[in-house]
Amino acid sequence: MQSFGAAASVSRSLMRRVAQVFCTDPRSSPHSSSSLYFVAQLRKLCAMPENDDAVGNRIIEAKPRIMNPSSKRTGVIAVKCGMTGVWDEWGARIPITILWLDDNIVCQVKTPEKEGFCALQVGCGQKKEKHLTVPEVGHFRAQGVPMKRKLREFPVTEDALLPLGTSIGARHFLPGQYVDVTGITKGKGFQGVMKRWNFKGGKASHGASKSHRSMGSTGQRDAPGKVFKGKKMPGHMGVEQRTVKNVWVYKIDPARNLLWVKGQIPGATGNFVFIKDSVFKKPDISQLPFPTHFAPEDEDPAELEPLVAILSDTDPFMAAE
Amino acid sequence: MFYLISALLQIIDREAVEEVRSNREIPEIKPGYDIQLKVEVPENKRRISTIKGTVIAKRNAGLQSTFRIRRHEAGVCIESLFPLYSPNIKEMKVLGKRRVRKAKLYYLRDRMNALKKQ
Repeated sequence: MQSFGAAASVSRSLMRRVAQVFCTDPRSSPHSSSSLYFVAQLRKLCAMPENDDAVGNRIIEAKPRIMNPSSKRTGVIAVKCGMTGVWDEWGARIPITILWLDDNIVCQVKTPEKEGFCALQVGCGQKKEKHLTVPEVGHFRAQGVPMKRKLREFPVTEDALLPLGTSIGARHFLPGQYVDVTGITKGKGFQGVMKRWNFKGGKASHGASKSHRSMGSTGQRDAPGKVFKGKKMPGHMGVEQRTVKNVWVYKIDPARNLLWVKGQIPGATGNFVFIKDSVFKKPDISQLPFPTHFAPEDEDPAELEPLVAILSDTDPFMAAE
Repeated sequence: MFYLISALLQIIDREAVEEVRSNREIPEIKPGYDIQLKVEVPENKRRISTIKGTVIAKRNAGLQSTFRIRRHEAGVCIESLFPLYSPNIKEMKVLGKRRVRKAKLYYLRDRMNALKKQ
């Protein structure tokens, strides 16, 4: 059980000791005004509720719980590794993207008592202290969590909260479930209107003068006499956040923390993507590990076998006839 | 981290190739070989058809390696592209080898008689 308010209680007891050292009895001793002020500030800081069971010390246990239809699990941060293809057992070709869940750890737990909502901040990857800014290092130090390369917050329901420092692996997902994958798309640079907005362009011949790929008209005449805001025009394309929905998880490799997922994912190889349970094609509640998959202690992660999605029993090619 | 990722894909590819090779016997295929395949076509009610022809090209891409066969069938020349590690190729047999001095024998497309002479 992770003591959530450990950092807060340490600082509180420290403050109390400092106050004891400095403050004898403000009523009796003729201290100067500055030290009295200092003591008053200390007193104010120490005037928090004495019992530790109040503000901020909610106990979150690392135990599997029962999932309701209304509960929401965390998402996960992964690195897009590349694409391959496999043949499934029926001989059909499946395009696969490989996503690597690189050392996902819960870096901060946000609770209704302190922040007003329930969320988990997940961190992915590793980073050296010298490559991080001082505020970022301070954040990791305050939480007591290793330095991560990418942080992302996932809103969850209260029963899906995880203790600080829990690692989330590939077994958080089930093979055969659907997920939504969000990523920053590849940059395409300054693009014309045909690529950017799927315009039809102009005529290729028949006397079209220098307007084969142009925008055409941008509006009416002197009523309204302006071009409307948001008019689709050439410009920078790509490097936007996009979500691909209902992506089918084909295979899970728990030994390497890999997710094999069908189809294309936004972003280039090496970029971070965020994976969540699908909103439209909801997975089977009874089988999902909730709040996440807690590995039994005697299990050696290097020896786990990959889990492949169970495909339909009937031959899809024969079924068409 | 990019080295890790490209190495990871190479490792996964290599493992997949080894798995296929351990299950099935795949002979060495080079351009200029005459081979005979038994292919199961899932779209065609899973009939197993025998294809006999010359390998005119081979593309090495790990698990996605492919090869092209050129065959003469019912008066028509047909070129087909097959993935080397496809589970639909049930059997592969090398019938003969020819000495060729190229990796891709696309020149055979221009010469109808070259196939017959060799």
